[in-house]
Amino acid sequence: MASPEPSPTSAPASASGATVKRPGFWRRFSRHRLAVLGAVILALLAIACYGAAFVAPFPQDQQDLLLGPVPPSAEHWLGTDELGRDYLSEILYAGQLSLSLAIAVALISTAIGVFVGAVAGYRGGWVDDVFMRITDLFLVVPAIALLALALQGLGPSPVSIVIVLSLLGWTYIARVVRGQVVSLREREFIDAARVIGATHQQVLMRHVLPNLSGVIAVNVALAVAGAIIVESTLSFLGFGVQPPQSSWGNMLSQASGLIGTPKVYLLYFPGLFILTTVLAVNFVGDGMRDAADPRSGAGRSSRRDRT
Amino acid sequence: MLRFTVRRLLYSLPVLLVGSFLLFWAVRTVFDPLLKLRAIRDPEVIARETERLGLNDGIFTQYGRWLTGFLSGDWGVSSRTEGSVRPMIESALTVTLQLLVWGVVFATIAAVLIGVSSAVRQYSFSDYALTGLSYLGLALPAFWFGLVLIQFLAVWPQQAFGWDKPAFFFIGLSSPGQDPSFIDTARHMVLPVLTLTVGLVAVWSRFTRASMLDALSSDYVRTARAKGVPRSRVVWNHALRNAWGPLVTVVALDSALLIGGLLVTEQVFSIPGMGRLFLDSLLAGDVFVLLPWMVITGAAVIILNLLADIAYGLLDPRVRVA
Repeated sequence: MASPEPSPTSAPASASGATVKRPGFWRRFSRHRLAVLGAVILALLAIACYGAAFVAPFPQDQQDLLLGPVPPSAEHWLGTDELGRDYLSEILYAGQLSLSLAIAVALISTAIGVFVGAVAGYRGGWVDDVFMRITDLFLVVPAIALLALALQGLGPSPVSIVIVLSLLGWTYIARVVRGQVVSLREREFIDAARVIGATHQQVLMRHVLPNLSGVIAVNVALAVAGAIIVESTLSFLGFGVQPPQSSWGNMLSQASGLIGTPKVYLLYFPGLFILTTVLAVNFVGDGMRDAADPRSGAGRSSRRDRT
Repeated sequence: MLRFTVRRLLYSLPVLLVGSFLLFWAVRTVFDPLLKLRAIRDPEVIARETERLGLNDGIFTQYGRWLTGFLSGDWGVSSRTEGSVRPMIESALTVTLQLLVWGVVFATIAAVLIGVSSAVRQYSFSDYALTGLSYLGLALPAFWFGLVLIQFLAVWPQQAFGWDKPAFFFIGLSSPGQDPSFIDTARHMVLPVLTLTVGLVAVWSRFTRASMLDALSSDYVRTARAKGVPRSRVVWNHALRNAWGPLVTVVALDSALLIGGLLVTEQVFSIPGMGRLFLDSLLAGDVFVLLPWMVITGAAVIILNLLADIAYGLLDPRVRVA
């Protein structure tokens, strides 16, 4: 039996097999129409990209040099590139890398952020001080410049992109989690857990973190959206995914020179895929936030101020 | 207020100091200041330069030497252009500030108008439409938006109507070989400023809307209305005054980050500002420019943070306690 959950902000705990008293999360989520639409779009996108081997109209990298670049048509829905490759198929295959990178970055940076934030907030004292100063440091230099510097040093490969983006991306969620933990720490049910002999570790894992599952889930969603944009921006600047590997970002960077030429259609579609994905992820994130915490409806900023 | 300011400044110094040391260390590890000379393959030259720049000393000694040089105004010589670093950064900063000021002013005005009007007509059609647009603005990758703007607002109309010049220029901030005139500069500014502001307007207008909604549902607004103060005056004088505080903070914080965030806009529109300077120096491994660049942007962030706090105190007397 899990802890009783006296916290009004508590999202239904999913961790450690806690019985959920209020099964309202999914019902409230499904009432958020945009969030459901976003979830459906994301599911379709994920199926199309990861199932590209079955879904894509043409095999990966199948060139047709005699055909060359043709604008969108019935056969090639999004046209073909200079080498006569079907652009829709290319975008779907590139989406695998874009989505995988973004998801990996979101999960890793959230994990780091939750760990640091929870420990700092729970322990307090000098641990907390040191941690707050470190996040201050991260705020001082523009993130994109640090990212470019780090990637220039490490060399751009998908693995180093994930590492760098995660190591620089954890501070936001860490601040949020810390704030929440600091206020939860003083609650009666934490004292109660300590009194009946739970260790600090048990208190954190069983009683504090489950109360934050909503916040954490929302952050993962928003971090995915952010990571897609940052990855594409870095690839555009030349520090991200390098050809012959392709991601939506570096497809855009290759197409950026085509402005004013008849091939400009190549510039639109990868961007539209990024836009659609980020939009859908944001909708899902908002839906989850509203479902986890029905009182927050004011806007993205409200959560940041509350603590 | 003065004590608060001084304390905040003193508190910021160690952050800047530690931050600049870490950057110094990172940049020194990643890049070789003698990269260009290594191509000559003359060990004597390398040894002489290593000696001259003191590259064999400990990292703290090197940092100390660099810092004293930096503070006394001697910022060294760029290994990329072999020109003095300080004028390079100064001219880039001037360009960037120009862009930044226009972008921030424009974005603030747009965001306040949008935010207030959607808060006043909450859940109306226009509120939903503006909310939808702000979602779009948040999801747009800035560089892509810039490229699409070039295609649709500059290149396509020019081709379609057969003009000899596009209506809006998209390279640099002035036409080469021409006296800078207001019209010319404006035609260069429109597209970069639009690119820059779309994300800001999206975030700031949501923010304004949220804090206006808070203010509008508060007791003093109801009292003012009940007394018979006209609605527009309540909105613009009573409610907006209290919504300003948080907004100014966000504007200042985001603007600080923009100094580096202009990277993308400057790259798309070939504007010789701080962002371009950073990218060019990074690709050339030009340590001598990268370090002052990072310290300057870092200092700007800290100063703007401080200004944000001070402005908050001025706009909202309730927080003027410390």
